[in-house]
Amino acid sequence: MTIERRQFLKLSAAITATAAFGGLGFDLKPAFAQAELSKFKFTKQTTSVCCYCSVGCGLIVNTAEDGHGRAVNVEGDPDHPVNEGSLCPKGASIWQLVENDKRLTKPMYRAPYSDKWEEKPWDWALDRIARKVKDTRDATFELKNAKDQIVNRVAGMASVGSAAMDNEECWIYQSMLRAMGLTYIEHQARI
Amino acid sequence: MTNHWIDIKNADAVLIMGSNPAENHPISFKWVLRAKAAGGVVIHVDPRFTRTSTQADIYAPLRSGSDIGFLGGMIRYILVNNLYFKDYVVNYTNASFIVSDKFAFTDGLFSGFNEEKRSYDKSSWSFVKDERGIIRKDPTLQDPRCVFQLMRAHYDRYDLKKVSRICGTSEADLQKVFQAYAGTGRPEKSGTILYAMGQTQHTVGVQNIRAMTLVQMLLGNMGVAGGGINALRGESNVQGSTDQGLLFNALPGYLPTPPASMPDLKTYNEKNTPVSKDPRSANWWGNRPKYIASLLKAMYPGQELEEAYRYLPKLDDGKDYSWLSLFDTMYNGGFKGFFAWGQNPAASGANSNKTREALAKLDWMVNVNLFENETGSFWKGPGMDPGKIKTEVFFLPCCMSIEKEGSLTNSGRLMQWRYVGPAPLGQAKPDGDIIYELFLKIRELYAKEGGAFEGPIKNLNWDISNGHAYDPHKVAKLINGYFLKEKTIGDKTYKPGDPVPAFALLAADGSTCSGNWIYCQSYTDKNMAARRDKTQTPMQEKIGLYPGWAWAWPVNRRIIYNRASVDPEGRPYQPQKPVIEWAGDKWVGDIPDGPWPPMADVEKGRYPFIMNTEGFGQLFGPGRNDGPLPEYYEPLECPVAEHPFSGRLHNPTALIFKGPREERAVCDPRFPFVCSTYRVTEHWQTGVMTRYTPWLIEAEPQMFVEVSSELAKLRGFSPGEKLIVESARGKLWAMCIVTDRIKPFTVMGATVHQVGIPWHFGWVYPKDGGDSANLLTASVGDPNTGIPETKAFMVNVRKA
Repeated sequence: MTIERRQFLKLSAAITATAAFGGLGFDLKPAFAQAELSKFKFTKQTTSVCCYCSVGCGLIVNTAEDGHGRAVNVEGDPDHPVNEGSLCPKGASIWQLVENDKRLTKPMYRAPYSDKWEEKPWDWALDRIARKVKDTRDATFELKNAKDQIVNRVAGMASVGSAAMDNEECWIYQSMLRAMGLTYIEHQARI
Repeated sequence: MTNHWIDIKNADAVLIMGSNPAENHPISFKWVLRAKAAGGVVIHVDPRFTRTSTQADIYAPLRSGSDIGFLGGMIRYILVNNLYFKDYVVNYTNASFIVSDKFAFTDGLFSGFNEEKRSYDKSSWSFVKDERGIIRKDPTLQDPRCVFQLMRAHYDRYDLKKVSRICGTSEADLQKVFQAYAGTGRPEKSGTILYAMGQTQHTVGVQNIRAMTLVQMLLGNMGVAGGGINALRGESNVQGSTDQGLLFNALPGYLPTPPASMPDLKTYNEKNTPVSKDPRSANWWGNRPKYIASLLKAMYPGQELEEAYRYLPKLDDGKDYSWLSLFDTMYNGGFKGFFAWGQNPAASGANSNKTREALAKLDWMVNVNLFENETGSFWKGPGMDPGKIKTEVFFLPCCMSIEKEGSLTNSGRLMQWRYVGPAPLGQAKPDGDIIYELFLKIRELYAKEGGAFEGPIKNLNWDISNGHAYDPHKVAKLINGYFLKEKTIGDKTYKPGDPVPAFALLAADGSTCSGNWIYCQSYTDKNMAARRDKTQTPMQEKIGLYPGWAWAWPVNRRIIYNRASVDPEGRPYQPQKPVIEWAGDKWVGDIPDGPWPPMADVEKGRYPFIMNTEGFGQLFGPGRNDGPLPEYYEPLECPVAEHPFSGRLHNPTALIFKGPREERAVCDPRFPFVCSTYRVTEHWQTGVMTRYTPWLIEAEPQMFVEVSSELAKLRGFSPGEKLIVESARGKLWAMCIVTDRIKPFTVMGATVHQVGIPWHFGWVYPKDGGDSANLLTASVGDPNTGIPETKAFMVNVRKA
């Protein structure tokens, strides 16, 4: 049987409506009630720029509870002269990237020879990393190279990353790495 | 990009080669379509017929890796048919320069090649100078030793027949493309070239780009609206991260990292500051000492310049520290510690098996990311036995881009500020906060215990917080730079702490600091990147300049090399879409590439390509490691034993490695198909930021391989069945897509099949999503940049 597109959509809406009122055989009323409770009056609007490709599309981010809650919508910024409000599927899905239960939101640690991650507090993690950095730097620092030239560098550490950091973060990161003496500094731009 | 996104609409011809913007930079494509609506011709050259091709007026298929054949053919076509923009070529390029008698080219090799070292002595790639030290020129372009004639002779081999034979493109298609694009050689026309990794990810990647610049300079397309060489970069801030010096060979602002042979700043400045004897050349890199001094003062404000320079780590002369060398060193146990900060090398770097095994040799790794990924979790990946892997791994959760404040720079050099929406989720932190706090702890340990070479740790400028947390505004102001001493310049007096208004005011004597000279002017008394003003003069509106929206480097110049957009009198070559115009006493339009009067002013005018020592666009480019003119070589894994242009099959200077993971296939019957990698609209890079998004993974759930209907018939593949794709280095499974959008090529008289795979998947998530395309690719790279050759390699495809 052929089915007109409009008919198909009408049917889908009907099915959804039925489901909402229990037509599928399980009760969606609690979910409905929850959704009602979550209704908000004020969102805070801020502008941002998409995190994916390098077109740099403008975004408008709506954050619940006057900015104190979570993002409720991320859409294109109609005033932006490059994207004029449009977004591709990736940019248009940023809300789901941010409000995502698979995001890792605690530091984790994998011990030598372990087969699992363990949660750790930030201070513990940064203290231990600082310890590792210092020990490695002190152990592998080269004042001179094989040709007896002064090099003042650390041989035992390398870094890659990141084209996903802001300019200011990239700058302080390269500054820190070079203060530590790294020469093997690379990132996405190379590949 | 030399130009910018909106400017694409100004083109009379858009040549899209080695890229697929409709699918990978989708919103940019509206500007391509505006060019088309205004009567422009859109040309797409690609191994596959993609969504970009559907919108093109002309589509030409091209076998992966044969681009220099194609572009060499275009150069020959332009020269033979006299379609180049003569005045532009004579006045603005080095076409007229007389080349040394010692320069030669024979059978695929330039003069000066050392077979043992696999490198060139480039001294013969030089120009003849007169007694004043100024390069001798023949503006009639007749001298047999002038660049123009040498170029004509060089590309004579690249006739339609030979090009067709190696590229697999029909002569008719070649003719169609060349004719359409070469039409922009007319002075009032402009053409833009949009390219991406399809051009760069090759052992001849840089020469691919060079070939495009030769085309653009011959046609007079540099510096004009709707022209330029326009890289479609891949990540939201890869332009910015490159600008800020996160590469082994670059300090912020593209200052070279210091080698061991330059032990002090004085020597560094002597060796790195180019000198031109021609007073009409602006030779802008002649200002380098001001920029390195200002950077050193930004990093170490309390140190004298020479001491601060001593703090910079020195590289061994001539040694490569780039990505492939980094992972080769790691593979051979060369590193104890590693930061994978906002990157997923276990999936993004060529030769994933080698990369993953390399990670297992580390003592410790810091992995900063949003989600679990193949790098941080490498120890539980396929083929790994955690019980045998000692690597301590720290996963640190960074926050999302809409949860923090700071700037980023898009492909068009446009720096834009963004603000905090929701707060960082859970315990996630902005990268800036993590970096800030980590270094404080490192510094504290050194203060307490002492240790190796403490100076840089103790003295690094870490005044980057507002007292509580990392402050992006403070860093942005430091990157712009400020005066350290009171100074009177002209009629203005600047006090210590005042922002430097533009890099012309930076000094070599330590009286100014600037984290990055090309960003000088970005944060003065105003945060320029935060501007949202869409005002334009009528002249600017014609080309969609939007000078008040955010800020572009350098000094808000939107189209660089724009002094080439006017004739020597300062009149636009394209009056209907002018970029700058000399209004008698000043320039109007875009920010001019230097305020000097037009070139016709013999005393005060300057040549347009101000970043080159001599001021001219380089058709003959003596600086590259593999030759001053692009020359055809096959990818290091290739389907043919010879090609029509010379007896040299491969780039003799390509970056290669020795070891158990370095096997390569050349005309190997075990791996008969050419493979390339690409992206889809719904996914991004290694997929860490898209595979976890239900809306996106639902649309593209699994690794796939696209094969032509001919190949499917040949091997009995059915759509939707699981296939194995394998190379000399690894294998993976992929769901079969049979398509007519890929057709077999006829190369050197034989049928060559091409297949294609996306590189978005990784074993971590989702289950049954597939793994990285880079399991197949090789650790071979371009000799100038070290970029891996991931767009052309040989595979076999068979039923699972």
